[in-house]
Amino acid sequence: MPTDLAVFIQDRAREHGGDRTRLLDVVRAVQEAFGHVSSEAMDLVAQALSVRRVEVEGVVSYYAFLSREPKGQVVIRLSDCPSCRIHGMEAVGAAFEEALGIRFGGTTPDGRITLEHTPCIGLCDQGPAALVNEVPITRLTPGKAREVSRLLVAGRTPWDLAPKARDTADPVARVHALVDSNIRKEGLVVFAPMPPGQAVRKALAGTPEAVIEEVKASRLCGRGGAGFPAGLKWEFARKAPGDAKYVICNADEGEPGTFKDRVILTENPDLVFEGMTLAAYAIGAAEGIVYLRAEYEYLRAHLEAVLARRRTEGLLGRAVAGRAGFDFDIRIQVGAGAYICGEESALIESAEGKRGVPRNRPPFPVTVGYLDKPTSVNNVETFCCAARVVDTGASCFSCVGSIRSTGTKLLSVSGDVARPGIYEVQFGQSIREFLEMVGGEDAIAVQVGGPSGTCIGPAEFERHIAFEDLATGGSMMVFGPGRDMVQVAAWFMDFFVHESCGWCTPCRVGNVLIRERVQRILAGRGVPADVAYLETLCTTVKKMSRCGLGQTSPNPVVFGLKNFRPAWEAHLGPDDGLNPAFDMDAALADAVRIAGREPVHP
Amino acid sequence: MSDTFRFTIDGVEVTGTPGQTILQAAEAAGIWIPRLCYLEGLVPGGACRVCTVKVQGRFQAACAFPAGPGLVVENDTEEIRELRKQVVEMLFVEGNHFCMFCEKSGNCELQALAYRLGIASPRYPYLFPVRQVDASHPDVFIDGNRCIQCGRCIRASRDVDGKGVFGFVERSRDTRVGVDARTGLGGTSLTLDDRAVTVCPVGAILKKRVGFAVPIGERLYDHRPIGTDLERRGA
Repeated sequence: MPTDLAVFIQDRAREHGGDRTRLLDVVRAVQEAFGHVSSEAMDLVAQALSVRRVEVEGVVSYYAFLSREPKGQVVIRLSDCPSCRIHGMEAVGAAFEEALGIRFGGTTPDGRITLEHTPCIGLCDQGPAALVNEVPITRLTPGKAREVSRLLVAGRTPWDLAPKARDTADPVARVHALVDSNIRKEGLVVFAPMPPGQAVRKALAGTPEAVIEEVKASRLCGRGGAGFPAGLKWEFARKAPGDAKYVICNADEGEPGTFKDRVILTENPDLVFEGMTLAAYAIGAAEGIVYLRAEYEYLRAHLEAVLARRRTEGLLGRAVAGRAGFDFDIRIQVGAGAYICGEESALIESAEGKRGVPRNRPPFPVTVGYLDKPTSVNNVETFCCAARVVDTGASCFSCVGSIRSTGTKLLSVSGDVARPGIYEVQFGQSIREFLEMVGGEDAIAVQVGGPSGTCIGPAEFERHIAFEDLATGGSMMVFGPGRDMVQVAAWFMDFFVHESCGWCTPCRVGNVLIRERVQRILAGRGVPADVAYLETLCTTVKKMSRCGLGQTSPNPVVFGLKNFRPAWEAHLGPDDGLNPAFDMDAALADAVRIAGREPVHP
Repeated sequence: MSDTFRFTIDGVEVTGTPGQTILQAAEAAGIWIPRLCYLEGLVPGGACRVCTVKVQGRFQAACAFPAGPGLVVENDTEEIRELRKQVVEMLFVEGNHFCMFCEKSGNCELQALAYRLGIASPRYPYLFPVRQVDASHPDVFIDGNRCIQCGRCIRASRDVDGKGVFGFVERSRDTRVGVDARTGLGGTSLTLDDRAVTVCPVGAILKKRVGFAVPIGERLYDHRPIGTDLERRGA
């Protein structure tokens, strides 16, 4: 641990030229070196970057990977997501608690090891999984959890838990030693090979407008889930007035059940950077940012190595691919643990070193984006598709898929299936075909597009994966016979309550109220009237919330009540005039404690 | 003026000028749109969502959404009244609001809005959060129990007073207004003449020692519902 906090902070601030927009990098460094960002540290950071202390505290208190209270040098973050839960995550968690002698949220008495839950870390096909500092540990069992605990208690470092990765110098081999890519089906867009620079050179042979026209002609829609036409976004950014423009790659893959961006960035980062570079050419940007979620820190060295190689190949930096006047480079901005930063305007705020809170729109980022300049934010996979469009032509790209959903889509498949992993499929696949492909024919439910998406039952398995039918950013969670969909909805509401940014009333308060009633029903204390209550409440949150989070967060309940009604009704108590919501034992608990004796009539 | 344009609110044709939000254009026409986080002279927050209207069939915050030619805006409809009511009820259960002994009673926009929207009591369970009171400043105190996270004080201090005394800290349901000093409000540069001291719509930021200078019964909303001044002026 560095001895002098003030010197450490001044050095970090100096590395970033005292730039206020690099606040997140500075506080992340403090967190890593000192185990927390203390009150004193917040004062020092504020001075070093010439920002207000309350802004520093606002940032530190906002992100899950930053803390004001001391944490252990080692932080174990166990992924808390339905797909990890149905594969035994709770038993793993209990084993950690027992072996370490602490509860979740606690730190060992010597102050060395902290145990926490964290939302989905994108290892759903090899869960239960945890991050030990930045090191991912997959396929956890109670036995493995005890072994991990034993090693850490004995003073071993997180990297000692993955000795093969630790002893591997090659960055991509190191990633492979940590996690499996699990590519089950390769398609022609994302995982097909392409020599570095090929699409960039083709783009540079024409005008920026020609690139935009080609992407528009391909009818490529954004792959993050919202499905906005990529060519149109680039055209808006190109036409928007601004002395500087930016390209941002959204690698804040946080939707529970999604891990395809992790695999793309592991297996084919060149194609992503290729797409970013031609996007820069198309809109007139000189700077690009990859916003990488904090949970994927272990990919960073690999990505930096690929960026460095592309610089030596002349594909980044001054005069890209020999084109005088086209300068473009890419930096990686690592987040700090906030799902909402996957929303493009929140991502921009975060990349500027602020709380990742969405902006009011309009104006949209294409006109007022990063540093208030025109900015195109696209998903990792979208850049891959765009590079392929420019390389092979729009007609080749759009000849697969459906009329409105062209090309292929990566699916991240997890849950009750025989073959979890990554599949690159053509748009238009039916859910029934999908389930046959992944070995999940006996599914009772498929969560398409993660909790913010759609949850369907067998009656709808003939529907298709496409923007015009079942849209998905890639998350496909399958639930098999015996799974309680009310429990699943309750887990998802925990997630949304945790991840609401807190800016607007309906999302900040409404999700808490939805969760309260779902938990009441789950506990067997619900009444039939609670169903109508929930339906009204969910509608209000969806209609009144400011951004996509609150507009979709009630979906697990909405689709649950619509498609899995009997499962919900099975939890309800009778409408017998009594109030099952009233918990007699809980109400009397204090009195019992004071009286020091149990009630005579139990 | 040649650059003005026309659009409709609940079927009534109104005039807008470029740069105006829907809420501002409505006010100019004497149409009151309920709001809490919006205050004239501050940049819009879009946070409370009470001013939500339907624009071309889509829900938007009137305080932040630009007025434009030909827009069809729905404001005072059964659907929107009900949605607004629920959002205001959420604010009541989220904090610890005790109107009967709050010195802001009668001058409180949250309370006045509840009356005007016809809220007798919230339909939701109270969340009873643990919130702090900061009385470290000699002239002003903050009671977190009554704060609705509207952010008016933050924007006023930053943009009008040029001080940045306040800022949001924490997130999700724990989001609250923090102050720019380790030692609490008393350690900040806040002074009594700051705009930030007077913009709070509820009883969260209050001046000390003047609480009942105006007796109950003679306060702003004791005789006329909130919004009616504007409606009278405009009609």
